[in-house]
Amino acid sequence: MRLNDMQTLWMVVAVAAATMLTRFLPFVLFPEGKKLPPFVDRLSELLPPAMMGLLVVYCLRNVNFLSGSYGLPEGIAVAVTAALHLWRRNTLLSIGIGTVVYMLLVQQVFV
Amino acid sequence: MEQKKQNGKLVALRAAFPHTIPILTSFLVLGMAYGVLMSSKGYGPLWSGFVSAFAFCGSMQYAAITLLTAAFDPLGAFLLSFMVNARHLFYGISLLKKYRGLGMLRPFLIYTMCDETFSVVATVDPPEEVDRGWFYFFISLLDWVYWVTGTVLGGVAGSLIMFNTAGMDFALTAMFVVLFLEQMLQPARRRAGIMGLACTVAALAVFGAERMVIPAMMLILVVLLLGGRKHETE
Repeated sequence: MRLNDMQTLWMVVAVAAATMLTRFLPFVLFPEGKKLPPFVDRLSELLPPAMMGLLVVYCLRNVNFLSGSYGLPEGIAVAVTAALHLWRRNTLLSIGIGTVVYMLLVQQVFV
Repeated sequence: MEQKKQNGKLVALRAAFPHTIPILTSFLVLGMAYGVLMSSKGYGPLWSGFVSAFAFCGSMQYAAITLLTAAFDPLGAFLLSFMVNARHLFYGISLLKKYRGLGMLRPFLIYTMCDETFSVVATVDPPEEVDRGWFYFFISLLDWVYWVTGTVLGGVAGSLIMFNTAGMDFALTAMFVVLFLEQMLQPARRRAGIMGLACTVAALAVFGAERMVIPAMMLILVVLLLGGRKHETE
């Protein structure tokens, strides 16, 4: 059973409002044209690389290295993507081949 | 003048599109899966499209399906969404300077800022001849359109997909790996990247897959601020 339409609408509004709060808050707290506090300025330089590190781990958070396929499909595909990228520096090629390798592994090899 | 402006937008679209191709494929697949799931709970493609366009928050939209089939609790939904999406706070701080001076485009850029759009905007600089604002605008717009389209398609025709898409969502992981590597190749950003990775692994080990994000963010904040200060006094 799902909620009725009116209840659903309120739930969606609640989800959207909270999400938009997380998106707009930094821009409201530190408006354009005002000088950034030094620690925020520093964070704005350091956070992009740090958050990319977070996103990589976040994507792999449900991989189980102790059972099942022991994280091999993910490990191999990440290694292929990274090696290819260090070799050719071609973003779409690295992502494309890495994804195809992963699809082959989960569909054909580790089934 | 007007002609030049029009061309400028087209040039920006052309420059932006290649950066969104991995997002196109994975958003269509993940979006369709969402549309199918919503349909199975009694929410048709119009609902899927509406939620995607209005709230635009991938993983939280999945979590919200569970909430829509439980007791009516908007406050709970609000709090959960805030926590799940708290990482946007750090994306916003990262983009404070990049999104300066973009006038009327700015609210839309902020409204549609997601993991994927952030990862491209924060790490890729537009070519010199391309207008910065429109470049960011088209990355945001394309990603948003891909997601909304995918979820609607899923609701309409999800059961008609003829090939096995299992693993196709790995395109997102691969994209984050590549963009992370690009950061690692810049000496000034390497330390912060490694710290981010290490803090998140630590948070995952201690708090588990479901509760790792906020502890990871706290840890990153502390380490980056302390690390920076130490660097200055050296």
